[in-house]
Amino acid sequence: MTELPPGLALQKVDERIMTLNVGPQHPGSGHMRIIVQIDGDYIVACDPDPGYVHRGEEKMAEYRNYITNIPHLERPVIHDSCNILYPYVLGAEELLGIEVPERAKYVRVIASELNRCIYIMYWLAIYGIFLGHSTMFMWPAGDRELLIDLMEKMTGARVTHAHFVPGGVRNDLPPNFEDVCLRQVNYFEKRIKEYAAVFYDNPILISRTRDTGVLSRQDAIRYGTTGSVLRASGVDYDLRVKEPYDVYDELDVHTNVMKEGDSYARSRIPWLDMMESCNIIRQALQKMPKSGSVRVKLKPNPKTKGLESVYKRVESGRGSLGCYIVSDAKTEPYRVKLSVPSFRNLIALPNLLRGEKLGNMPSVYWSLNYWPVEADR
Amino acid sequence: MSTETENPPADTKPKAQTPPPKPAPKKPETAPAELPAFEKSISDKIVEKFSDKVEVGFVKKDRVRINVGREHVHDVAEFIRDGLNYDHVESVSGVDYPQDNEIEVVYHIGSYTDSSLARQILVLATRAPRETNPIPGNDATRLPTLRDVFYSVEFHEREVFEMFGVFFEGHPDNRRLLLPEDWADLPPLRKDFAIKGR
Repeated sequence: MTELPPGLALQKVDERIMTLNVGPQHPGSGHMRIIVQIDGDYIVACDPDPGYVHRGEEKMAEYRNYITNIPHLERPVIHDSCNILYPYVLGAEELLGIEVPERAKYVRVIASELNRCIYIMYWLAIYGIFLGHSTMFMWPAGDRELLIDLMEKMTGARVTHAHFVPGGVRNDLPPNFEDVCLRQVNYFEKRIKEYAAVFYDNPILISRTRDTGVLSRQDAIRYGTTGSVLRASGVDYDLRVKEPYDVYDELDVHTNVMKEGDSYARSRIPWLDMMESCNIIRQALQKMPKSGSVRVKLKPNPKTKGLESVYKRVESGRGSLGCYIVSDAKTEPYRVKLSVPSFRNLIALPNLLRGEKLGNMPSVYWSLNYWPVEADR
Repeated sequence: MSTETENPPADTKPKAQTPPPKPAPKKPETAPAELPAFEKSISDKIVEKFSDKVEVGFVKKDRVRINVGREHVHDVAEFIRDGLNYDHVESVSGVDYPQDNEIEVVYHIGSYTDSSLARQILVLATRAPRETNPIPGNDATRLPTLRDVFYSVEFHEREVFEMFGVFFEGHPDNRRLLLPEDWADLPPLRKDFAIKGR
């Protein structure tokens, strides 16, 4: 048998495998590292490495009282700041035994839905630029301003609102807010419907995301995924319907579900969610009591009664967001744990990327609606 | 010199005022007049199966808490999955109780498949002994992993391992997740890890 020249000899498999670090300073990964092993063009293994923006929010919460925890606990997702505070505020209210005025509950729903849209627009802009679609970066980034202006009128801040407090919301709505809000939300809805033609029906997007990173219904449940990832895999689960908090039980909320479980479904569900949010805002504006208090003032340094624990959860822009508070009759909570949707969805990433082409990594990764800063806390 | 003799009464006064901030190790069952029926039926099923091995922490609206010793936590979790249709873990939290010399690990378990359980969260709590000088992975702060029962705990348990030093026996991937590789201090969410300057 003649010996093959060195270039033609078969390589052993383990020599072909190459390890690649994506991140933590890669525009395609955000502040996290994904260690992928590739064989040619195909990913054989993936190990996510979060933690580059871990700020110890949970530890900080043990040193501050129930009110002063508010501004820093929203930091993990500043562009969804109302929703990340929501379960903490609901939990603190149950521990401190506060009943919230009816009007405040409606203001919270409006703020929460506006914030959900703001978050999704930000996510959509980055998803667009990930896939090389510059229009889908510019349009959402511009249209997002409409809602940010509304939030600025409402709370005084453009991004970090710190609007929800135990007992209600910080400020009442400014005069004439209802009309402005209705007008801008109607325009916003008309505007995002146009995204279908340029993005969601675009054959290039469809060919890059259809049948990539397919998550079966069974796996979506087993991994404990949540939010748009779960609903794109055919599970009908939205906390606004299943465990309604505040006044969501008085509003008509439709859950968007798709069956495919691929990147395309995961990118489409948040867009459908925004239209549902517009519906909810219109309903809330109509049903809201036109006057009344929006906040129950707390005594300074409120204390809880004894060793108690509470677990509250809400549907945020990325999925179910839980907050577990343990209190022990002090002014500060004994332990605050945020169970964030980004962290919960991360477990799906290694399983979705295995066997995919490296070029599909951005579309799969960002379709998980993952926000690194939130996952790290 | 005479002033020093007058001081002691003033010195003892503030000590008497501060109440001992010791939380009770197990939550006393202050049962309200009527417990929610559906939630009661869930806890009854677990108590029926495991009798005195488990203790019902509380039964509230949509929330049931079960306290269980670490030698039975795996069996109870299997029963919760197979017998009660819970299918995923939402959150795994560690809570440090230095006064009891124990670290508590709390699993919040929910269900997507059973629509009657959609509102429910089952809280499963267990405790591991706490070391004063922890060597994470090499001391008695250990619990059996629930990863083979609920796949969704994988990253959550890794987080509890690095933040509290609780080693999960049988977990396939006992590595750090969020902390830097060169972290050489106490597990940071334990109560004896103090933030600098506070």
